[in-house]
Amino acid sequence: MAFPMEGRVKRVLIIAGLLIAGTVQAAQPSALLEGYQAAARKADPAFSPSASRGAQFFDSPHGKEWSCATCHGNPPTSAGKHATTGKPIAALAPRANGERFTDAAKVEKWFRRNCNDVLGRACTPAEKADVLAWLLK
Amino acid sequence: MRTLLAAFLLGLAASAALAADYKAECGSCHMAYPPKLLPAESWRRIMARLEQHFGSDASLDAKAHAQIERTLTSNAGRRAGPPGPEPRITQTRWFLKEHKAEIPPGKNPANCIACHAGAERGNYDDD
Repeated sequence: MAFPMEGRVKRVLIIAGLLIAGTVQAAQPSALLEGYQAAARKADPAFSPSASRGAQFFDSPHGKEWSCATCHGNPPTSAGKHATTGKPIAALAPRANGERFTDAAKVEKWFRRNCNDVLGRACTPAEKADVLAWLLK
Repeated sequence: MRTLLAAFLLGLAASAALAADYKAECGSCHMAYPPKLLPAESWRRIMARLEQHFGSDASLDAKAHAQIERTLTSNAGRRAGPPGPEPRITQTRWFLKEHKAEIPPGKNPANCIACHAGAERGNYDDD
């Protein structure tokens, strides 16, 4: 740097930089939806996310005991309850809970676990896009 | 002396971070049971099959898995754990003895907090 900076100014700049980096890192639910849509279009170029398909997917069992709604509850704007332990689960819809779908790694971790519990397999990008489209409706 | 103190504080901060991981990952679905409720060997068996964790997939990435296993085993209890691949706290001898006919019907024995308000902090003395 050409000019030596005063310690305080430097600290303020560092903190501002960290804050900006933090905001950039936090994902937007709509950006996640776009990502799943793009991935789904690789398999089916005509794919378009459908909220009504997502609603049906969320509410139905898929060959096993539970549906998504068993634990998350429906409507997704209110809290759910874990089917085994009874522990409350905060609302899933971003309009009711601003923390939802803001951390891509966390979202993928829970899709991995929960799709395995509900479907006995991983969810496809198309299924994820449909559910997210419905949750964002 | 100063180095010792720094090492102690660093150690404290590190164990708090490990505990935070345990609470975030395991405490999402159930109370983050105090590690002393099972012996280290039982926790290892539980951690070895998180993909089928009492009927749910609770799998972790390798880093979180190693950290949480360390938190659990280094703070584990000494009382005997139950046999089998899925050791349940509610099937330990001490649990059964403490709760003889005490859990009201319809209450979930996994939900310690329903009767013991301080359960997550390891305080069960309110009975």
